[in-house]
Amino acid sequence: MTDQAVLPSGPVPGGAGAPVQAERRRRSRWVEQSILPGFPVAMGITLTYLGAIVVLPLIALTIRPWELGLDGVWKALTDERVAAALKLSFGLSAIAALVNAPLGLLLAWTLTRYEFPGRRILDALVDLPFALPTAVAGIALTAIYAPNGPLGALFAKVGIKTAYSPVGIFIALVFIGLPFVVRALQPVMQDQDREVEEAAQTLGANSLQRAVFVVLPAIAPALISGVSLAFARAVGEYGSVVFIAGNLPMKTEIAPLLIVIKLEQYDYAGAAAVGLAMVAISFGALVLINTAQIFLARRGRR
Amino acid sequence: MTAAADVPVKATRLPGMAVALVLASAVVMAVLVLLPLFIVFHDAFAKGVQAYAAAIREPDALAAIRLTLLVAAIAVPLNAVFGVAAAWCIAKFEFRGKSVLLTLIDLPFSISPVVSGLVWVLLFGAQGWFGTWLIDHDIKIIFATTGLVLATILVTFPFVARELIPLMQDQGADEEAAALTLGAGGFTTFWKITIPNIKWALLYGVLLCNARAMGEFGAVSVVSGHIRGQTTTLPLHVEVLYNDYDFVGAFAAASLLASLGLVTLVLKTALEWRHSGELSAGRRH
Repeated sequence: MTDQAVLPSGPVPGGAGAPVQAERRRRSRWVEQSILPGFPVAMGITLTYLGAIVVLPLIALTIRPWELGLDGVWKALTDERVAAALKLSFGLSAIAALVNAPLGLLLAWTLTRYEFPGRRILDALVDLPFALPTAVAGIALTAIYAPNGPLGALFAKVGIKTAYSPVGIFIALVFIGLPFVVRALQPVMQDQDREVEEAAQTLGANSLQRAVFVVLPAIAPALISGVSLAFARAVGEYGSVVFIAGNLPMKTEIAPLLIVIKLEQYDYAGAAAVGLAMVAISFGALVLINTAQIFLARRGRR
Repeated sequence: MTAAADVPVKATRLPGMAVALVLASAVVMAVLVLLPLFIVFHDAFAKGVQAYAAAIREPDALAAIRLTLLVAAIAVPLNAVFGVAAAWCIAKFEFRGKSVLLTLIDLPFSISPVVSGLVWVLLFGAQGWFGTWLIDHDIKIIFATTGLVLATILVTFPFVARELIPLMQDQGADEEAAALTLGAGGFTTFWKITIPNIKWALLYGVLLCNARAMGEFGAVSVVSGHIRGQTTTLPLHVEVLYNDYDFVGAFAAASLLASLGLVTLVLKTALEWRHSGELSAGRRH
């Protein structure tokens, strides 16, 4: 929105002399000359739409919590129920994302290394958690893991409560996070130079040693990026979790649900505070993960 | 690509492991991913085909289907036009602040759907920034179709742009420049050169955008108000029925959404197989 005033708003107007030159200089500072037309129109559409749909709403999210004052925001976030929900959401998302690492490695490995009947179908099915609307996944997972569901009954026999407990939330988060890890790993594993592995093999490394010391370091950055995407998605996930969670205050209430509850109580500022905290914590986590990834990528190249 | 090909030494050991790993993958996928899909249809038909048909022909269900189609019919074309415009700027021109623009375009993907609904309430809800003004002018956005559309647009915002930008960056501006030099107009160049070059990627983006728009739950749930037959899209209809313990109804409606997901998956996979060269680099299999 604000960028629009700064960026060039149109082609050089038909005036003569100094103003034209000044205009041209101003324009060239922001955009390189091109023979292609349409930049002003396309940029106008882009910035107007982006401003209205993304920037303005996010400004509201950033500003509204502070109606409570610094103290009020602090109180809203450290309220036991809110703190418990944030802890649950971020903690379970981290565990689910970490569990997705070995599962994703397994799937990406078999899909890229082996040729077997049904490989392409299995490959396409990896995207199913993306394709299935979250509410559908939510009620389906609940039906499966409820005490009378096919798998829920099995777990109940060994004394594990799945649905309506943190375990249920965890299962839903693994479900929605899996494609992120597989899809991040696949292209890297596909392109990986097999010669290095063969060299290691010639030098006497067994398959486990090759997997751990040759393959893993090369795919580590992709693995981290997939895991962090799964984590980010899990933190904000609502539809597939809210049915299976049971939503008991302090026990199985996820952070997004708390936003919904606060809105129902017309506590807009409180809801915005939780929303902003979620965005801020995820963003901080992603920055941390990105730094680790860059560090690993650099080491991998050496 | 076979396991045996690159393992001349100890060739007898690895195929066994390969079989084990393939089986393990199949089991993980079957239990974690396929079982939920199966359950949806199983429970939808739990009381027979007639109960299923009745649940889908119910007036509230039909209203929910109509509303879902309407919301997607508004949100998807708008995001498609935006996607083409944004990709045109970013891929064909060099300008300052491009990385900021790219980050902002991707931003909605990293925001919780619930927050994507919340922001519209903060702006247009009863106590929102524009709430009083809207009430004075008798305009309803939250708990009405407009709010559902806005929330859906925000959630599906990056889909088309994200497909087009890397592809158009790969393609560069040479073909367009050649057409223009040969005397074609800007509009002709766009229609005859650019659009044919990006059509499959555009379709791919629209497909994903549409699937998400029709299946979105969290964001629309916040702005909907759950007024049955009026502001419940199909996913919200599923929730309402489920919370009323009408499981056949809930799973019947869910089966429609699951079918939408399956059709999307099949079309998407077909596009990846047939037109892999004309999709973004990351989509080439």
